[in-house]
Amino acid sequence: MKVIQIDKSELDAGLKKLESAYRLIGPVKEKDYHLFKALTPGQKPDLDYSNTRLSARSILYPQSEVMFTFSLDKNDPQYAILKEPAKDPQPRAVIGIRPCDADAYEVVRRNFDTPEYKDPYWLKNFEATTLVGFACNNPCPTCFCTSAVSGPFSDRNLDILLVDDGNHFLARLSTEKGEKLAELAGWKRPAENADDTIEKMKATAESKMTTTVSTDNLANQSLTDLYEAEEAIWDSEAFACINCGTCTHACPTCWCFDVQDETYGKSGVRMRNWDSCMYPLFTMHASGHNPRDKKIGRVRQRFMHKLKYYVDKYEQGIQCTGCGRCVRLCPVNIDIRRICNKMNSYDPETCSCAVTS
Amino acid sequence: MTSYTDKIREISKRLLKEGKVDMVIGFTRGSVPMMHQPMFAKNQGDVDRFVWDGNCGINLANYVTDRKEKIGIVAKGCDARNLAVHIVENKINRDQLYIIGVPCTGMLDRHKLTASVAGEIESIMEDEAGKTVTISGNGFSETYDRAAVLQENCSLCMHRNPVIYDELIADKVPEQSENDVDRFAAVRKVEEMTPDEKWAYFDDLLSDCIRCYACRNACPLCYCPTCFVDESKPQWVGKSIDPTDIRIFHFLRAYHCAGRCTDCGACVRSCPMGINVRAMTKKLEKDCLENFGWEAGLTTEQRPPLDTYKPDDPEQFIK
Repeated sequence: MKVIQIDKSELDAGLKKLESAYRLIGPVKEKDYHLFKALTPGQKPDLDYSNTRLSARSILYPQSEVMFTFSLDKNDPQYAILKEPAKDPQPRAVIGIRPCDADAYEVVRRNFDTPEYKDPYWLKNFEATTLVGFACNNPCPTCFCTSAVSGPFSDRNLDILLVDDGNHFLARLSTEKGEKLAELAGWKRPAENADDTIEKMKATAESKMTTTVSTDNLANQSLTDLYEAEEAIWDSEAFACINCGTCTHACPTCWCFDVQDETYGKSGVRMRNWDSCMYPLFTMHASGHNPRDKKIGRVRQRFMHKLKYYVDKYEQGIQCTGCGRCVRLCPVNIDIRRICNKMNSYDPETCSCAVTS
Repeated sequence: MTSYTDKIREISKRLLKEGKVDMVIGFTRGSVPMMHQPMFAKNQGDVDRFVWDGNCGINLANYVTDRKEKIGIVAKGCDARNLAVHIVENKINRDQLYIIGVPCTGMLDRHKLTASVAGEIESIMEDEAGKTVTISGNGFSETYDRAAVLQENCSLCMHRNPVIYDELIADKVPEQSENDVDRFAAVRKVEEMTPDEKWAYFDDLLSDCIRCYACRNACPLCYCPTCFVDESKPQWVGKSIDPTDIRIFHFLRAYHCAGRCTDCGACVRSCPMGINVRAMTKKLEKDCLENFGWEAGLTTEQRPPLDTYKPDDPEQFIK
């Protein structure tokens, strides 16, 4: 693959050139932490960061998104007709997304882009977006991407991978989208022996990973055995859980949403908002019956979905890229690494887990 | 803090051995720094997982709501006050509880510590004398005066010792008084703002809210079977991240806590974005004190002022 060298002083000038062709999005520090934000003209992405507090999910899949608008005015000829609002068709480029967040798009796509169903909102955004990733030279202690479905230098789902080799950025172009962006930015100087350098830096970064999860046995485990492992897994994990949505809101791979109509006077919108399997309302039926009315059922659902149902359905590993956000942010330390290891090592004969941390 | 931990384990073991309780609720060491996990012990073998230090900031009263067992519970000052609120509000019976009281010297502010360094904190150590806190990680090690990195609610706390308990794990710690700290200084600052300044202040305060409801769910007062934001018939509040809906959620929730909130800080501690949710509840705490001479959770004999009526209530409109 083509690798080009960008002097650090050239990055900002290149980004400036991109402003007319792309809406630029990048990590920005406003309070105590970084978040992805649309960059204002001339604003630089702050690449001096380990990862954003919240994931990059909302770039393609906003927390609240209007799907249709409608009129409630009976005199309006368009009364009660759902109309799709005009969407911003401008290409956008995400500068500095971490590999784990980009690989999460691949995970989410398995749900939003199937032969039977295509999610037009997510797909339109995805197609309009060029991903300029930023390799992690120093993974966080709570990251475990190498044993999830990502890695600190993974560029499987990036258009360009930027690697900071200390003096320059090395940019590895892996798609046409990436090549087009590099050309528009004026980044074209070929880098010498860059593949070797990147491979070495990748190996160094991977060797710094301090935590891993074991996932090799998840597919072999019986679904019902894991579901019924209340004493060995679910009772104790569910006890501490306060059933907030911190984990699901921070997660790059959670995809569930809830459709709501909101009206204002004589007009209204149909929107979708992120939902959370941690909330009782998530499974509340119109009849009033709630099949998942207890906390233990909701905690179990989150982990069974990510670590068993998804594994069995798609056969592409776990529904987690190891970004570590839920581990860092859960106020009561529900640690997916521990639960994954418990599920992976659960022995139905003895009803116990060989690995409990 | 090792003496606290040892004592909690010793008492818990005894209670379980003597069959005085069915379970003991306390904290175990979290898998990441500053995030200890609430846990229950039903067997004597489990009690050695209990720990105590400045990372036990979650309010354990939240974990006894409507439980039927006989429960031993480790309770610092604010937890014990919230247990008192629970008892008054019939969410648990006093005789179901064996309260293991912890004289508290304050909990560490995980948001402040996280923001104080560039990398991720890998370990946190408090010295035995309770004077300093050292955090370290890849390429850094910082030592702070413990008092400087306490949660704000803890540095303003007037009830560090449990108000109700069955047994204390250590001698009481000295209480702070109005002479030591000005606990409503931040509230007065907001009160003195012009309406426009107040609008901007609350706009900024809530601008990062993601509506995950961690504040609500960590709060021992928020035990409604269905929260008003989750009602769908009728639906009171929109579900999106529209700023108006976010404000309604926070302000109404704060008012539901008026006269009941002990300023335990669990809401702020649990917020993934570090929003100072207490900015709202602290004002209501001040109003309750000034209007009704009331502080929440100091007695199990009296209901909070906003759910009682007395002919001599100070507000003229009530008469």
